[in-house]
Amino acid sequence: MAVALRAQGKNPFSGDAKVAKLGESQFRANCAFCHGLGARGGGRGPDLTSAQKHHGNTDAEMFHNVHDGIPGTAMPAATEGGIGVGMSDEEIWQVITYIRSVEKKASAAETGNATRGKELFYGSAACGTCHMINGKGGRLGPDLSSTGASRSVEYLTESLRSPSKRLAKGISQPLKDFAQEYETATVVTSDGTKLQGVVLDEDSFTVQMLDTREQLHAFEKTKLRSYEKTRESLMPAYDAKALPDKDLKDLIAFLLAASEKGGGQ
Amino acid sequence: MKFMRVIHSIPYFIVCCVLPSSSCAQVTFGRLLNSSKEPQNWLMYSGDYAGHRFSALDQINNTNAAMLVPQWAYQTMAGGKFEATPLVVDGILYGTGQDDRVYALDARSGRPIWQYQRLLPADIRPCCGRVNRGLGILGDKVFVATLDAHVIALDSKTGNVVWDVNAAEHGKGYSFTLAPLVIKNLVVVGVSGGEYGIRGFIDAYDAATGERKWRFYTIPGPGEPGHETWEGDSWKIGGSPAWITGTYDPTTNTTFWTTGNPAPSNRGEGRAGDNLYSDSLLALDPDTGKLKWHFQFTQHDEHDYDATQVPVMIDDGDHKWIAQANRNGFFYVVDRTNGKLISATSYAKVSWSTSKDAMGRPVPDKAGAPTLEGNRVCPGAAGATNWMSPTYDPQTKLFYVTAREQCDIFATAPQAYDAGHAYYGSAYFPNDEAQPFWGALRALDPATGKLKWEWKHASPTWAGVLSTAGGLVFTGDAEGNFIALDAASGKALWHFQCGASVFASPMSFAIDGKQYVAVAAGSALFAFGLP
Repeated sequence: MAVALRAQGKNPFSGDAKVAKLGESQFRANCAFCHGLGARGGGRGPDLTSAQKHHGNTDAEMFHNVHDGIPGTAMPAATEGGIGVGMSDEEIWQVITYIRSVEKKASAAETGNATRGKELFYGSAACGTCHMINGKGGRLGPDLSSTGASRSVEYLTESLRSPSKRLAKGISQPLKDFAQEYETATVVTSDGTKLQGVVLDEDSFTVQMLDTREQLHAFEKTKLRSYEKTRESLMPAYDAKALPDKDLKDLIAFLLAASEKGGGQ
Repeated sequence: MKFMRVIHSIPYFIVCCVLPSSSCAQVTFGRLLNSSKEPQNWLMYSGDYAGHRFSALDQINNTNAAMLVPQWAYQTMAGGKFEATPLVVDGILYGTGQDDRVYALDARSGRPIWQYQRLLPADIRPCCGRVNRGLGILGDKVFVATLDAHVIALDSKTGNVVWDVNAAEHGKGYSFTLAPLVIKNLVVVGVSGGEYGIRGFIDAYDAATGERKWRFYTIPGPGEPGHETWEGDSWKIGGSPAWITGTYDPTTNTTFWTTGNPAPSNRGEGRAGDNLYSDSLLALDPDTGKLKWHFQFTQHDEHDYDATQVPVMIDDGDHKWIAQANRNGFFYVVDRTNGKLISATSYAKVSWSTSKDAMGRPVPDKAGAPTLEGNRVCPGAAGATNWMSPTYDPQTKLFYVTAREQCDIFATAPQAYDAGHAYYGSAYFPNDEAQPFWGALRALDPATGKLKWEWKHASPTWAGVLSTAGGLVFTGDAEGNFIALDAASGKALWHFQCGASVFASPMSFAIDGKQYVAVAAGSALFAFGLP
């Protein structure tokens, strides 16, 4: 049964509302820890209600991603006790049925004008000073090439309006519970040089950061004259005055369009 | 018997295997009882029957710890969590790793002598990784309890299987992850599987033959006291595993075990009542498995607050205590002669309980129960601490514990029981809008529950703690550092970056008068010593 279920590569329960309900239970037990309640994204995992998924949209691709995990990401395999409590093939299809039932088809075209959004991104809104999309832009903030596929419009809106509310996640490490976040660090080195930038990684003894001039630094904390860190993002908050709603929609349309083209990886 | 005379009369540095030929006396129950007399060895999971995880070795101390360097590393080359504490007996290290592998190493060089790999079936149900935490030893056998719910005796010189018994059906969610505890001629183990609707138990097997001598079900059956604390038939699938190694008081011939969450772990509907003996401390007669008394930490648990933390025996004057820093955020001191609670003090952020009962036990607030939409509760499901060992240092008289400051949103996810399938009844996840989560090593005074000092970790960690007569405590962090701190002040004296999270509890041993401290991190077991 299980082999047959997988081999066909197509969801045998497609559109079955009862199965979607079972899938919701599985999702809560296995997936919600990272992907949040209602699959709307959590601290670690992307929003899965987006119809566009960075690692594949087809039934077969989603089954593969859940069953085997996604190498190079925090997504573990369902089969080895890596995800939550583990799932059988049938349960994986239940979860996929559930995810399909909560998908929202946010497309760039419906959201705003992506062409104008691109002009804003690299022009007056100056997003491209710190963010890269498909190889073009700055380095201080997270690469946004695939963000349109992994985050909801609501999340993107919040990130623009209130960037400090939920800091973007940076590097993660196997068996470390929480990823590094884009915190802001200010250091004064032993020779009195003052630097500000984002924390790329940190432990009790060292800090690795990128300063606002895009220079990488690695410090031993005890050798610094001072080290201060805040959860106030270096990104300015784009309120309705700085970025009217129409511009915001165009910008988000650009982010969606960029990831629809296949992202930056 | 000859050996017993030796260890009572000769300082530990020259006991037993100083000769290269090293054909030593076997590990007798007498040696286990007197483990403190041979601190060069580490004879059981927590180092001694009291659960202190304290080493009397002092060559590495707070004046020279800064000079520590790696001596060797042993790679299991397996992924996942490496939670094991090895044993060392007379120069040979016996360890386990992921996927139920077992190995014997030359403890001086880290070179393997033999390896055993359990061939695990595909349908095992480990809730939380393919982990194993270690071995028990007696005579010329080491004992491992496996993820497919077998208890196996291996010949300590070859790794050959001497006996292999099946304790329960792994397909229904039964598994073992703990290091067995050897008492007299018995191998005592407790089962894992609280996430699968098992009925928990603690078993004792004859070390010579593997014959099961007794089983104590951690959920009372019909007609037994405590059965009335379960609604309907919920007792049959009520979880209450016992997945951390217990302790043993030879003066009263009592073994202390702790139990895990009731099932489903985060939804109380359908199992109304206190759900004995989930989340409890049990005092058992090791000869018969009969219950002497019990103390329940969390009644009718809905937050996955397994009480599976080592129950540490502390003697203070005439007081005979069990101290436990519980996953639910309270530090409990219980009179181990009768199970009466002496004190319960929070040692981390707690929001599930704001009141205490007549006994002094923190009781759950109704408002803290999981809801469909989600309810933020501290500590989170991973707990204020977890399975990683604390340590009690008889020199500083302090109890050191890894504390995790993390809250979760608990949301119910009603589901029917289905044998062998996960049975959580809920979801929990961190609230990503909340302040960042962090961790700390905390030094508590067991007499008062008061915090003496803390060392802050950058993020919550799963590393346990070792204390030593050198005035040191050793622990690790999620960022990969293995750290030595001054036991009196909490000042970090040394650290080494292991390259992956430390997900185990450290131990110490000595060979030919040279002290080592060992810990697992990533896929490797590391041994450190002075240059």
